[in-house]
Amino acid sequence: MIYLQLLWVFVKIGVLGFGGGYAMLSLIQHEVVDHYAWMTTAEFTDMVAISQMTPGPISINLATYVGYNTAGIGGSLLASFALCLPSIIMVYLIIKLFISKKNNALMNNTLKGLKPAIAGLIFAAGLSMMNLQNFPDFGRGQSNISVMICALAFAASYFFKANPILLIVLSGVVGLIVY
Amino acid sequence: MKKPLQLFLTFFKIGAFTLGGGYAMLTLVEKAVVDQKKWIPNDEFWDMIAVVQSLPGVFAVNTALYVGHRVAGTKGAFAAMLGAIIPSITIILLLATVFHEYRDQPVVERIFKGIRPCVVALILAPSLRMIKSAKVTWKTAIIPIAAAFLIWWCKISPAYVILSAIAGSLIYALIINKKSKEKEVNS
Repeated sequence: MIYLQLLWVFVKIGVLGFGGGYAMLSLIQHEVVDHYAWMTTAEFTDMVAISQMTPGPISINLATYVGYNTAGIGGSLLASFALCLPSIIMVYLIIKLFISKKNNALMNNTLKGLKPAIAGLIFAAGLSMMNLQNFPDFGRGQSNISVMICALAFAASYFFKANPILLIVLSGVVGLIVY
Repeated sequence: MKKPLQLFLTFFKIGAFTLGGGYAMLTLVEKAVVDQKKWIPNDEFWDMIAVVQSLPGVFAVNTALYVGHRVAGTKGAFAAMLGAIIPSITIILLLATVFHEYRDQPVVERIFKGIRPCVVALILAPSLRMIKSAKVTWKTAIIPIAAAFLIWWCKISPAYVILSAIAGSLIYALIINKKSKEKEVNS
C-alpha cells in the first residue's frame, strides 16, 4: 500500500512539476506533510536543507529521502523511479512526434503564462514552513533569533544572491552557538 | 569505450559534482557533449534544450534522456539517466541512514534549529525573484497572490493550481498566436 502511494505521489509530481525543483517542492510538501502526514514540517525543512547541500537534482534528492523515510531503501528507489517515469514517457513522445523548437512556440507561450503561478506556488511552500516548528522562539517573549536568521538569510539571498550552501552552513553555526 | 558507458560516466560525473540543481548542470553537459566528445553540434544542442525546458519533471533527467537518446538510442537514454541520478540517490541514502541515527543528538538538533529559518528564507527569496523576472504587473499580481493563498491558506493541492494555470495560459497563448497570425495576414 505504501509503495502504491509513493508511486502515485511521485508520478503525479513528475507530470505536474513545471518550473524546476523549487516548484516541485510545493507539490512534495503538500503530499508528504499535509495530505499523507509522512513527515512534520520540521522534518521536511531538514530534508530540504540536506537536499540543497548535496549534489544532484533537488527533486531526486527529496524523492529518495521521502521514500527512505516512509518505506526504506526499496521505497527510496521506487520514489526516484516514479519521479523519472513521466520524463521517460514524455521525452520519447517528443522524439517520436518530431517536436522541435519551431512548433514549440505555443508550448513556450503557455509556460510564460505559467510562471507567475509557479512563483506563487513556491512562495506558498515558504509560507507553509513558517510555523512554530521552524520558528520555536517566535513571539514567546524570547529573543526571536529564528526570525532574525530568516530575515538576514532572505536579505543575503534576495539582494546579494549569496550562495545558499554558505547561508545554510552559517545558520547551522549560529544555531550551534545560540541555542 | 562503448557510447552508452561513456554517456553513463559523463552524466555520473556531472550528477556527482554539480551543486545547485539543473541549470548549474547545463554548462557542464554542454562542455562534455558538445565541446569535448563532439556528439552533438552546438546549435542542435541548444534547440534540444529549448524543447526539454518546456517539459515538466526533473530537468537534469529530461536532458540526460534526450541527449542519451540522440547519441546512442534507447540504451544511451537510460545509461545517461541512470548516470545522472545514481550519485544523488547514493549520497542521500548514505546521509539518511546517518541522519536517522544522529538526529536526536542535542548538537544536531541545535544546528538544525539554526538552519530551518534559513531554509524558509531560501525558498521565499527565489519565488520573489521569479515574480520580478516574470514581469508581473499590478494587474497580473493577482495570479501569484491567488496561487499562494489557495495553497497556503485554503490547503488546496498545488496540483489543481498548476492545472488551472495551464488551462488559463493555454487559452492566453492561443489568443496571442491567433493575433500574431492575423497581423501577418493583414500586413
